[in-house]
Amino acid sequence: MRPDDRKYLSSHEWIKINGDIATIGITDFAVEELSSGNEGDLVYCDLPELGRVLETGETFGEIESVKAVADLNSPLAGEVIEINSAIEDHLEILSQDPWDRGWMVKIKLSEKDSPELLDLAGYESSLEN
Amino acid sequence: MPFIQNSESDRQEMLAAVGVRTMADLFEQIPAELRHNGPLPIDAGLSEDELRAEMTELASWNTPMAAGCFLGAGMYRHFIPTVVDSLQGRHEFVTAYTPYQPEGSQGTLTAFFEFQTMVAELMGMEIANASMYDGCSAATEAVIMASNLVRNRTKVVVSHGVHPHTRRTLETYLKWTEMEVVEAPLGADGRTELGDLADDNTCAVLVQNPNTLGVIEDLDSIAATTQAAGAISICSAYPTSLGLLRSPGEAGFDIAVGDGQCLGTAPAFGGPSFGLFACAQKHVRKMPGRIVGETVDDKGRRGFALTFQTREQHIRRAKATSNICTNNALIALRGAIYMAAAGPHGLAEVATYSLAKAQYAAKALGAIPGFELPYKDAGSFNEFVLKCPVPAARVNKAIDAVGMIGGLDLKAWYPELGENCLLLAFTETTTRAQIDQLVSALTNLAAPQPVA
Amino acid sequence: MNKDTLLFEKSRPGHRTLRLGKLDVPAADLSLLPKGSLRTKAPVLPEIGELDLIRHYVLLSKKNISIADSFYPLGSCTMKYNPVTNEAVVQYPGLADIHPEMDAGRVQGALRIMKRLEDGLAGITGLPGVTLHPAAGAQGELTALLVANAHFEATGQTKRTKVLIPDSAHGTNPASAAIAGLEAVEIKSGKDGLVDLADLESKVGDDTAVLMITNPSTLGLFESKIAKIAEIVHKAGGLIYMDGANLNAIMGISRPADFGVDMMHINLHKTFSTPHGGGGPGAGPICVTDELTPYLPSPRVVEEEDGLRLDYNAPQSIGMLRGWPGNFGVLVRAYAYLRRLGAEGVKRVAENAVLNANYIRVKLNKAYHVPYDRMCMHEFVCNNKHQREKGVHALDIAKRLIDLGYHPMTIYFPLVVSEAMMIEPTETESKSTLDAFIADMLMIAEEAQSDPDKLHAAPVTTCVGRLDEGRAVREPKLRYACYKD
Repeated sequence: MRPDDRKYLSSHEWIKINGDIATIGITDFAVEELSSGNEGDLVYCDLPELGRVLETGETFGEIESVKAVADLNSPLAGEVIEINSAIEDHLEILSQDPWDRGWMVKIKLSEKDSPELLDLAGYESSLEN
Repeated sequence: MPFIQNSESDRQEMLAAVGVRTMADLFEQIPAELRHNGPLPIDAGLSEDELRAEMTELASWNTPMAAGCFLGAGMYRHFIPTVVDSLQGRHEFVTAYTPYQPEGSQGTLTAFFEFQTMVAELMGMEIANASMYDGCSAATEAVIMASNLVRNRTKVVVSHGVHPHTRRTLETYLKWTEMEVVEAPLGADGRTELGDLADDNTCAVLVQNPNTLGVIEDLDSIAATTQAAGAISICSAYPTSLGLLRSPGEAGFDIAVGDGQCLGTAPAFGGPSFGLFACAQKHVRKMPGRIVGETVDDKGRRGFALTFQTREQHIRRAKATSNICTNNALIALRGAIYMAAAGPHGLAEVATYSLAKAQYAAKALGAIPGFELPYKDAGSFNEFVLKCPVPAARVNKAIDAVGMIGGLDLKAWYPELGENCLLLAFTETTTRAQIDQLVSALTNLAAPQPVA
Repeated sequence: MNKDTLLFEKSRPGHRTLRLGKLDVPAADLSLLPKGSLRTKAPVLPEIGELDLIRHYVLLSKKNISIADSFYPLGSCTMKYNPVTNEAVVQYPGLADIHPEMDAGRVQGALRIMKRLEDGLAGITGLPGVTLHPAAGAQGELTALLVANAHFEATGQTKRTKVLIPDSAHGTNPASAAIAGLEAVEIKSGKDGLVDLADLESKVGDDTAVLMITNPSTLGLFESKIAKIAEIVHKAGGLIYMDGANLNAIMGISRPADFGVDMMHINLHKTFSTPHGGGGPGAGPICVTDELTPYLPSPRVVEEEDGLRLDYNAPQSIGMLRGWPGNFGVLVRAYAYLRRLGAEGVKRVAENAVLNANYIRVKLNKAYHVPYDRMCMHEFVCNNKHQREKGVHALDIAKRLIDLGYHPMTIYFPLVVSEAMMIEPTETESKSTLDAFIADMLMIAEEAQSDPDKLHAAPVTTCVGRLDEGRAVREPKLRYACYKD
């Protein structure tokens, strides 16, 4: 069950907003696609430096499996205030719990934009296509 | 028809199975107006015996180096043990594809894991990749890698002593980027003068050892100066020399490259050769080219596979570390067999023999009145510049007249040296008799011409 | 006896294969070398005698699947027979023991081979300007893009910075575009697997430098609207580049110049039978129109009254991309192959390659899903749609083929077909080989239904089973640890 307490991008990132702080991760679908269901196939995750200011949609990192690589895109603009370094050495966390323990970065939102993000139903229908 | 095994009746059966009548029907997708119905400007085919005769004749229009040849300048005639041809020539190596299916490619993969280890050892670096096209492209890829390691710097300092083909290759690749190439000059002693060229906008410094004039560079100081500027130091080394000379790793370089032709492959008019590429393991994600790694199978048995493939074009496409796909694997395999056949002592022997021949020649040539060794003081390995009293072209004609092939006339590559400089190379395959003959040909040339 | 040891594990101090004879000049005087220029630590290379060295590599060779022992239907790679004669010819001293800096007068045979090969490739493609310089297909692509850059610079069209690339293209296309300083823009495939003209029209414009098109495409289909595609791009002022990886299917049948191609590369290690060698060396000549010829890389082979020579100084040339004129040894093999074929043989190659591919297609298109099931060129793509619900992936089918004595087809490419399996038999395979392969593929399709775990467990006949490739990245071991620390 995918949580509906957050918003999604069709490129498979999720963002959970709490006041002016947002937490970003990737969906179970992305993890499954990258790893072909084999958690040992995820091999590398490159996360941004603290303090980096991200634009809406900007690529802030990458995640790699043995045979694929995907950009990590920021759904909203903001400054990186925390990264989840636990996942860098334990990528299996992403397979086990992409929604909570597998978060990637926290950003302090800047107010300047409000792009259209997908709700759960919107994301799931994007998967159909 | 050569190489097509099916008979006409096979073809008829197959056409029927496909549901068409003629071969032409197979090409229904190609609009009629785009088909070529005229003849091709290609001669009629040959049988195998006819082909061999034709190739024998074409080969006879060329002069092999065996007669005595003092050309080097990046391609050298070294002795090739028979095991190299015999083992590399095995069909299982020759006709296999890139080892993307590791279970069916352990032969190639194991050989490349060993190759990487030997190249890393030779260069004194931690790791190496499974080969590049040649020395020029390896050096160029090293500079591109440096620009990815040190972001936001746009200057590349390249020694004037780096092979002109490498410098031209680098220019070709970098012309369409932000990067700018600056040349570091050679001093009067023939060594690179880095001066203060490596600055805070410099991402890479590239030198070659020995340089194209045969001069041994002060590697440690170049590496240290480069590092102090926060740039990536790259050394292109002549692999044979590394049996004796200081390795790029020992001197503190970040990336080591080289051309592998000297390791078991004939010059063959310039290729194929292969490029060596080595660096520190921490830089592996920015490395170009294929890399083989050790792992285990589902039963815990040791096995080898291509690894870090996400760097490569077939996965990362436009963001790949390089566009290289096919490399020069089979020639690199020759290099691996050669290095294993030589071992540390064989390689040292080849290097010291080559040095001994060059020293023997230098001593005699330098003693001929009118001839000079302009870079004698800096020291050289198996190749040196001889400054002649007459144009180098004339000297080469004199060598030609005694049935040997002269050295490289440096006029085209280093016009500032004038017309009289010749670059002469010697290896363990050069005989004393050839050198003596060379010396006597040049002595005769230097002697006053008898009045007719 | 453990047959799986590495050279380093076999190494014994004092063993050696290469020993030179007596030095015929005085020993080297190391004191003449500058201080500090000598190695302080010898490289840890293996120490091994000749017989052990031979056994090592012979045992390794047996761990490879090769064309010489197995059918190798690896799509997009054209794994045809590599004539053994050509391997012998390149060893002639007159072709191997020659230096690229020799005076032209001493290498007329070498230059003549290059010239005739250039002429042959020009005839086959219809594009008169040929360079044999690029080391491989990817470098040929880059060469062509740089030629385009030079052309646009010379004609003042510097705003042309975009390269249009269909989504079914080889990864080298966008990677080469990036190195050429150009931006890759993806063009979608339509429902028929061909370039979507509407998508092309929406993306082409005055910023278009080049359209890179693979024809026949990686789906094994001829772009039947290629003339229209070329017209659209040309009208916008762009150039057409053809990735010639699949030339084998059309040579002698259709000339790329006739359907609007301005530049293309040819993989001599595919179409012209030079061996793949476990990943190279290749050669990637490019052929271009007259208009683009001045920009071709240096050196060029030029013919003058007193014979042929290499010209390193063409004024408008993009420069060099590697050392010396080219991978000459590969060029010799390709020339020898072309001479064996002759004009007639060139055409027969294409016909038989296409016949062999279609024969397999019609025999397998019920057991396996063929998304574009119509007459194909030299290869076709199927996938695991009928096997998927049993949990059988393309990878499993490929690995099972290894157990049955084949090298698998190309899998997971092109990306536009999910779990693609791309089969290219080439013209050199006999009907009996194809029949055996077809029977085995049908057996695998049955096994996928009845015993899918057999496929998941494959291969079991090889010296290793499926490897943990994740571990190879997470815990990288990229060299043998020569030292005990």
